[in-house]
Amino acid sequence: MHTSAFWRLAQALLVLWAAFSLSFAILYALPGDPVGILLAQGGEPGTADPAQVAELRARYHLDGSLWQQYGGALWRLLHLDLGVSLQTGKPVAAALAAALPATLALAFAALLIAVPLGIGVALAAHQVRRRPLQAALHNAPALVVSLPTFWVGLLLLQLFSFRLHWLPAMGDHGLASLVLPAVTLALPCAAMIAQVLGRSIASVSQQPFVQALRSKGVGRWSLLWRHILHNASIPLLSLTGTLLGNLLAGAVVTETVFSRDGVGRLAQAAVASQDIAVVQGVVLLAAALYVLTNLLTDLLYPLLDPRIRQGSRP
Amino acid sequence: MILHPAISSLPAWRYRPGLPVALSLVLFVLLLGLAFFPGLFTSLDPLLADPTQTLRAPSAQHWFGTDHLGRDLYARCVYGAALSLQATAIAVVIALLAGTLLGGIAGWFGGAADRVLAVLVEVLMAIPALLLAMAIVTALGFGTLEIAIAVGLSSVAVFARLARGEVLRWRSRVFVEAAQVVGVGSWTNLCRHVLPHAAGPLLALAALEFASAVLAVSALSFLGFGAPPPQPEWGLLIAEGRNYMVAAWWYTTLPGLVVAGVVLATQQLGRGLQRLQGEHP
Repeated sequence: MHTSAFWRLAQALLVLWAAFSLSFAILYALPGDPVGILLAQGGEPGTADPAQVAELRARYHLDGSLWQQYGGALWRLLHLDLGVSLQTGKPVAAALAAALPATLALAFAALLIAVPLGIGVALAAHQVRRRPLQAALHNAPALVVSLPTFWVGLLLLQLFSFRLHWLPAMGDHGLASLVLPAVTLALPCAAMIAQVLGRSIASVSQQPFVQALRSKGVGRWSLLWRHILHNASIPLLSLTGTLLGNLLAGAVVTETVFSRDGVGRLAQAAVASQDIAVVQGVVLLAAALYVLTNLLTDLLYPLLDPRIRQGSRP
Repeated sequence: MILHPAISSLPAWRYRPGLPVALSLVLFVLLLGLAFFPGLFTSLDPLLADPTQTLRAPSAQHWFGTDHLGRDLYARCVYGAALSLQATAIAVVIALLAGTLLGGIAGWFGGAADRVLAVLVEVLMAIPALLLAMAIVTALGFGTLEIAIAVGLSSVAVFARLARGEVLRWRSRVFVEAAQVVGVGSWTNLCRHVLPHAAGPLLALAALEFASAVLAVSALSFLGFGAPPPQPEWGLLIAEGRNYMVAAWWYTTLPGLVVAGVVLATQQLGRGLQRLQGEHP
């Protein structure tokens, strides 16, 4: 048990290192000179003197060979230093930390909506027997997944803010302004949960033990609650990491649509101004979130599923 | 594997594509027409501004209404299809080719190549596709082709995983081993005898990925990383409508409906293809 946990931790660190290397390769090794972009934005192009360029390079750790830059960046990352934003000149880690609470609130609100909604739809699709309603419940998740998130956000804005005047449209003013972004962000996640859980319920309910219980006269609801759901909910756990990643990616679009401050907006602005240090910071944040969540769920599996505890790990 | 209990043996029934798949196929063919011959579907110019016709509601003359410069939104949607669908097609082709190559090598040669791919796939799963695409766009610069490449590269992982699985499934078959014994080279064997069997599932996945690539391309375009403004790219079209939501509901609503319809149709097609392959969706 302890050795397997150790190896799992080593694997998590390996993936984090690979995520750093990949994002470094994409952002720093490709042609395109960040300092050149910065100078071109600051004033007339072509007027920068070499000393100024060299000083800027040194300040943003862009001097030296690519390998030296890579080594330096990795060393700084080990000290949780994500570098300096090219636009504001402030540390990226501080900017991320400042933007994180708003995004966390949004993501938490979205999860509060998505989890009950997704589970509810999956259960209802399994239990409901009336044909048209059942078909609607079965197809709703696939339909929701195929709607562009930004468009759903704009539709909600149009309907509830501009037409009905129920909720504020833009910005971040308390709980009321959280409702529409949270719903926008929650819908695709709820659809994902409903799809995975629905598939899992369908496959569990075809197992012999379910047939045995059914033939012994266990009622439909108690069969679902006490026997099927227990087994069917385990795949949901492995979905957590992907779900959180989707929330973060969805926050980019949602925060842009609703003009909210947060990590997503930070990322959008950073890409728009080609601020590579901030972009890498957001990418690493997402990767770390995914790796940590998966590490946690992997360590939790044996507690929830006795079959893994006893047998060899799959 | 314990986590995904095996489905007890189902009666083998042949899947026959139903009405939704047929409708999707018709819509998809129509879309290809839109993308390649936009002139057939509208006689109006997508870039021609008409100051007397700004922000008109949908009518017989302007099916989708007009925008703030008096341009016909239906024409802009039709011409936008060319840009957006070409970008999507490029993205899917990049992902399919790169994924098949990586997955094929990993599955066929195994060993170190397989372990490297495992880490790469894990990393690509760890970084949300949209964020990865945004990072690539940061490096490449903005434009339709750039977002197409970014979306393609960021969805390599799914193809690589499927290709690896398919290659593993076929490489131990007798005919492949026979070819090996006869002296067919590794690469020839992989390309001529193994990959053709993997083509079906890979193409079905490509159809499904087309749907999510349409979404990703339009999202990047909406965020402002696609073609510059006069171009009628779908995401940009919707982003431009943001400022006129009170005065013109049709400006954002109708182009978005087109995108959603395209995604839904290609998704149905992909599902249908996957079931034809005899896979469980």
